[in-house]
Amino acid sequence: MKVTVCIGSSCHLKGSRQIVERLQALIADNDLKDQVELSGKFCMGNCQNGVSVTVNDALFSVSPETVDDFFKTNILAAL
Amino acid sequence: MGKEGRKFDTKIQYLKYKVLREVARIAFEGDEFQLANSFNDIAKVVAPGPKATMRCCIYKERAIIAERIKLACGGDKSNPNVIEVIEIACDECPASGYQVSHDCRGCIAHRCEDVCKKDAITFDENQKAHIDKTKCVDCGACAKVCPYSAISNYKRPCEKACKVKAISMKNDEMRAAHINNDKCISCGACEYMCPFGAIVDKSYILDVISILKKSEQNKKYKTYAVVAPSISSQFTYAKLGQVVSAIKRLGFSSVVEAALGADIVSYYEAQELAEKGFLTSSCCPAFVDYIHKSFPQLMDKISHNLSPMAAIAKYIKDQEPDAKIVFIGPCTAKKKEIQQERVGKVIDSVLTFEELQALFDSRDIDLSELPEDVLDNASYFGRIFARSGGLTDAVAQSVKEQNLDIDYKPIACDGIEECRLALLKASKGVLPNNFIEGMACVGGCIGGAGCLTHEARDKSEVDKYGREAMEKTITDAISILK
Repeated sequence: MKVTVCIGSSCHLKGSRQIVERLQALIADNDLKDQVELSGKFCMGNCQNGVSVTVNDALFSVSPETVDDFFKTNILAAL
Repeated sequence: MGKEGRKFDTKIQYLKYKVLREVARIAFEGDEFQLANSFNDIAKVVAPGPKATMRCCIYKERAIIAERIKLACGGDKSNPNVIEVIEIACDECPASGYQVSHDCRGCIAHRCEDVCKKDAITFDENQKAHIDKTKCVDCGACAKVCPYSAISNYKRPCEKACKVKAISMKNDEMRAAHINNDKCISCGACEYMCPFGAIVDKSYILDVISILKKSEQNKKYKTYAVVAPSISSQFTYAKLGQVVSAIKRLGFSSVVEAALGADIVSYYEAQELAEKGFLTSSCCPAFVDYIHKSFPQLMDKISHNLSPMAAIAKYIKDQEPDAKIVFIGPCTAKKKEIQQERVGKVIDSVLTFEELQALFDSRDIDLSELPEDVLDNASYFGRIFARSGGLTDAVAQSVKEQNLDIDYKPIACDGIEECRLALLKASKGVLPNNFIEGMACVGGCIGGAGCLTHEARDKSEVDKYGREAMEKTITDAISILK
């Protein structure tokens, strides 16, 4: 599974670093390093609804508050 | 110069800008064939005539503009240097060297004569001194002893500006300036100082326009603009957010701070320093080139890190190999840097701020009418790379953040002359420092040749822009890239 977090300016200001750090921790805690490839991308063109995160090619809007739920529903459950 | 011209501080820059703007206008709207047919039309727009305003006649003016158009289209492809002399524009400076001025009083002491070891000083019937240029070796002894300061060294402005002594006069009838590519570091110092605009950096605006057009509104591939932190001091008539909007309006899909690359560089440069014990910085391409050309014995001391521009571009290309990346900055030497294989692989082209302004106006983009976009990727420390001493501070911070075991003793060299002194000492093993920050331009990148204006800049303005960054530490800023 390929998970990409938008790290463009707009999403960065909305907390993409916190989301990346939290996802890194969750992936490590659940021992998913071999199954989930986490990466960053500068701007996905969806600045209004940031922080943009894609799982494979599906686009989601995530915030530092919703990242744990997002992980459970869209990453853990989808594996 | 009119309202438009006030964006620049010399009429030469304004002239160069008008040529770039007209070339860009045609390139955006038409094709190369159309451009080839438009040389005369552009020359007529820039020098409308019928009377000459810059040169002896309108035909010479337009002939020189044709040369400028060629440089705007990439210049002489057979010359690897990115700085070129327009020979027909350069034949105006008087012979250089020591000359006696009208201030010579025709005194009796004749100290100038006594001190001259070459017997080059003669006197006319009024006892006024003259220098026989066939004997004079330009040692300057006469100028030092004249009580009236009547003898001066008339150096060509370009020669005076070139601290690496890469400029000489061509030994032919025209006596045009000649750039020695074995010494030139492409810093552009001569270009800004030439009062006739006879030295110009090659422009790659056509490559950039082609990248933008062929992306078909970023559908074929994504286009990225990586902007240098010195941009904060450039478009003073608009807000930075409006400049970001304007860059996107040109067709770039995303604008990224090169300063984040600077965060990466300082993080790993600190590690490399701790490992090796002595290092010179690798950010400024002119400084790196200077070591290669004038201090080759110190080449192994140059940091192996990529420059900030290339470091951030490499990250983007690793994620997205078909992306096209253009660096926008104050620097002419960056145009040379991309000729290196490892840099050319990640950066597709380079623009200066001067050229960016021309591109905006070729598309009639009015910055003042645009909404403010955001630009925030880097930390305070990445952003202060734009000024002399910023890199030194950032490496100190990296040493601290990583608890590295090194007694950090940096020297920040502001301008190529200070670099030369430090490198000279290092080559003799008498430099007390273990890290050399080398910036070829005085003040650092904010003093770069490709800036819109060149007045003395306040370094504290750079720091102020740095403090606006959301991330406060280098480790935090680069943590999203891992």
